[in-house]
Amino acid sequence: MWDGFDAVTLARAQFAFTMSFHIIFPAFSIGLASYLAVLEGLWLFTGRDVYLNVYRYWLKIFAIAFGMGVVSGIVMSYQFGTNWAAFSDKAGPIIGPLMAYEVLTAFFLEAGFLGVMLFGMERVGKGLHFTATLLVAIGTAISAFWILSVNSWMQTPQGYAINEVGQFVPADWWKIIFNPSFPYRLVHMVIAAYLTTALVVGAVAAFHFLTRQAGEGSRVMLSMAMWMAALVAPVQIVAGDLHGLNTRHHQPTKIMAMEGHFESHEHGAPLYLFGIPRQAEGRLDYAVGIPKASSLILQHDLNAPMQGLDSVPRENWPPVYIVFWSFRIMVGLGMLMFALGLTSLVMRWRGTLYETRWFHMFALCMGPAGFIAVISGWVTTEVGRQPFTIYGLLRTGDSISPLASPAVGSSLIAFIIVYAIVFAAGMFYIFRLMRAPPHPGEEGPRAGEVTRASGITPAPSVNPARVVGEGRAT
Amino acid sequence: MNFSFDLTVIFALIIAFAVFAYVVMDGFDLGVALMFPFFPERRDRDVMMNSVAPVWDGNETWLVLGGGALFAAFPLAYAILMPAIYTPAIAMLLGLVFRGVAFEFRWRTERGRFLWDFAFFGGSLIAALAQGIALGTILQGVKVTGRAYGGGWWDWVTPFTMLTGVSVVAGYALLGATWLLMKTSGDLQERAYRYSRIFTFATLFFIVAVSLATPFLEAAYWRRWFEWPGLLITAPVPLAVAATAFFLLRALMNRQREVQPFVLSLVLFFLSFVGLGVSIWPYVVPGRVTIWQAASPESSQAFMLVGISILVPIILIYTAYAYWIFRGKVDPEAGYH
Repeated sequence: MWDGFDAVTLARAQFAFTMSFHIIFPAFSIGLASYLAVLEGLWLFTGRDVYLNVYRYWLKIFAIAFGMGVVSGIVMSYQFGTNWAAFSDKAGPIIGPLMAYEVLTAFFLEAGFLGVMLFGMERVGKGLHFTATLLVAIGTAISAFWILSVNSWMQTPQGYAINEVGQFVPADWWKIIFNPSFPYRLVHMVIAAYLTTALVVGAVAAFHFLTRQAGEGSRVMLSMAMWMAALVAPVQIVAGDLHGLNTRHHQPTKIMAMEGHFESHEHGAPLYLFGIPRQAEGRLDYAVGIPKASSLILQHDLNAPMQGLDSVPRENWPPVYIVFWSFRIMVGLGMLMFALGLTSLVMRWRGTLYETRWFHMFALCMGPAGFIAVISGWVTTEVGRQPFTIYGLLRTGDSISPLASPAVGSSLIAFIIVYAIVFAAGMFYIFRLMRAPPHPGEEGPRAGEVTRASGITPAPSVNPARVVGEGRAT
Repeated sequence: MNFSFDLTVIFALIIAFAVFAYVVMDGFDLGVALMFPFFPERRDRDVMMNSVAPVWDGNETWLVLGGGALFAAFPLAYAILMPAIYTPAIAMLLGLVFRGVAFEFRWRTERGRFLWDFAFFGGSLIAALAQGIALGTILQGVKVTGRAYGGGWWDWVTPFTMLTGVSVVAGYALLGATWLLMKTSGDLQERAYRYSRIFTFATLFFIVAVSLATPFLEAAYWRRWFEWPGLLITAPVPLAVAATAFFLLRALMNRQREVQPFVLSLVLFFLSFVGLGVSIWPYVVPGRVTIWQAASPESSQAFMLVGISILVPIILIYTAYAYWIFRGKVDPEAGYH
C-alpha cells in the first residue's frame, strides 16, 4: 500500500497536516485574546454594556478554539521525536531549551489564568479579571515569541557550533534567539493573527447584517473589525515586503522559487504574475510577467541583475511549483484584505457601512481568508526552506527517524481520521455559537458547564455552592 | 567537567520529577475516565467529570514539560526512544485528543453525549494502555544503531509490554477510584470503595508480576536487584510496597478514612517509580545510553536551569492553589443544569 511513498515524504506530509491543522487555532486565539483584552478594557473605560456583551460572546468561542489549539499542540511537541529523530538528536541542544521555555513561560501562564478569564468575572472582581485576560493575551504572544524564534533559527541559523558527534550546540544564546529572520517573522505572523481574527469577527457581524438580526453588538464588531482591516492590512503588506527583502538576503533560493526565476536576469528580472513552473525542465510555462518589476521591488532598481535557480545546484532546489503558487495565494488574499479595508473606509465616509449588502457579502466571503493566507504563507516559507530542515546545514532526508513507510503512513491516516472528526465537531459547535448575534445581557460560559480549556485554576467548577465540606470525612 | 556531571544528574532528577508529576496527576484523571463503564448513570458521570475538570488541563501540561525537557536535556535519548515507542506514542496522543475534547463537547450536546462519554473513556483507556506499553518497551531494552533507534516498528509488541500496559491501566484505575471516594459521597462513594478494593488487588498483582518479570529481561537488572551490595538499597523497596499495601487495604476495609486511600495509592506509585529508577539508573536508554552520554552540552542545560529554577516553583504554587480551592466534595446537585 505504501510502495509508492518513501518515509520522508510521508513524514513531511504528516508534519504539514498536523501543523496546518494546529496553526489555525493559535492564529485565531492570538488575535482573539488581544481583541478580548481590548473589549474588556473598553468596557471598563467607557462603562458601555455592549462591549461586555461582545466580550462574553467571543469568550465562548475563544474557549473552544483555545482548547482545540492545546490538544493539537501536544501532538506537535512529540512529532519532533517520533518522526524527526535525527533532527532531534542534532538540533535538540538548541531547539529543545527554546521549546522548554515556551512551555514554562507561556503554556503554564495561559493554563493558569484561563480559568479565571473564562469563568471568574463574578468571583475575582473586575480589576483582577482584566489582569487575567491580559495575562492570557500576553501568554499567547510569549508562546508566539519562542516558537517563531525556533522556526526562524531553522531558517537563518546563527550563534551555534558543531560538536564532535555532529550536534548543533549553542555558542551564543542571544544570537540564536534573535537570529536574522526572527524579528520579521514575528511581526509578520502576529499581524497576520490580528488580521485573521478581524476578518472572522467582521464576517460574523456581516452575517448578522445579511440575515437582518444585527443589533448594537454586531455594529460594534463590524466597525472594529473593519478599522483593523483598514489600518493593519497596509502595514502587513509593508511588513511582508520587508520580510521578503530579509529572505532574499539570507535565503535567496527561496525567493527564486517564490518568484519563479529559473533563469538569471542580467538586466532586470520580471515579476511573474502567472505561470506553470516545470521543475524537471527548469522552466516557467505560460508565464505572464511585468518586465523588470521584480528587480524594482526587491532591489529598488529596474536594471539590477538577479540570479535564478540556474545558479543553484539542482539538488538544493525547493519544490518550485508549491512555493510559487502558495506565495501568490497569500499575496492575492493580502491584496483582497487591503481592498476590503479600503472599501470599508469609503463606506464609513459615506455613512453606509451598516447598510450596504454587497459589502457585507464581501466581508462574509473574506471570513476564512486570514486562515488560508496564514497557511499559504507557512507553506511558502517551510517548503521554500527545502531540501533543508536547518537551512543550508541539515538536509530533510538526513533529519528523519529510522522508520518504515507503513508506520508513518498508518499514523498519518489515523491523524487525518481523528482530526477530521474532532475538527468537524468543533466547527459545528463554533458555528452554532456564531449564528446568533450577541444580545444584551449576554452570558459568559456557564459556570455549571465544564470547559475543556479550563486551565489549572479551578474557577469553572469552584462555584462556592458546589464545594461542600472542607475535605473532612463526613 | 565536575559541573557538567552535576547538571546532568540534576536534569535527570528534574525529568524524573516531571514524569512522576504527570503520571500521578494525569493518572487519577485518566483513572476517573476508566471508571465510566462502572457508572452508567448520567448524574454520576457528571460528578465524576466535574471532579477532575478543573485540574486535568494543568496535569497534562506536565506531559509537555516532561517531553520538552527530555528533548532539551537529553536529545539523544529523545531521538532514540521516540521512534522506539512510535506506535504507542501516536496512539497515546490520539487518545488524549479524544478525551480532551470530550471534556468540552460532552456538555454541548444532548443527543451526542453518549458518543463523547465513550470518547472520554476510550481515549483515556488507549492513552493509559499506550503509556504502559511504552514503559515496557523502554524497559525491555531497545535496539540502538549508532546514534539512532535500530529496531523495527513492531518491537513494542511482546508479552512483557502487554503486561506493563495492563498494569498501568490497573494502577490508573486505582488512582481514579480512590480519587472518587475522596471527592464524592453517598452511593457513588459506596461503589468507589468497592472498585478501589478490586483495583488495589489488581494493582498489587501487577506490581508483583512486573517486578518478577523485570530481572529476567536483562542481566544488569538481575545484578542490581539480587546481588550484594545492591541488595542493601533494593531490599527496602518491596518491603515498603508490602507495608503500604497493608495500610491501603486496612483503610479501604474499615472505611474510616476518605483521603488516606488516595494518598497511599500515590505512595504505591511512588515506590514503583523508585523501583524503576533503581533498575534503570544511570541509563536513560536502559543498558545502552547513560544520562551522561545522552546529555546536551552544559551551555544548553545551564540556560534551561535558570528558567526552570525560577518558573517551576511558581507553577507548583499555582497548582497547589488550584487544588486547595477545589478541595472538598463535588456537589452532585450544583453540577449541571
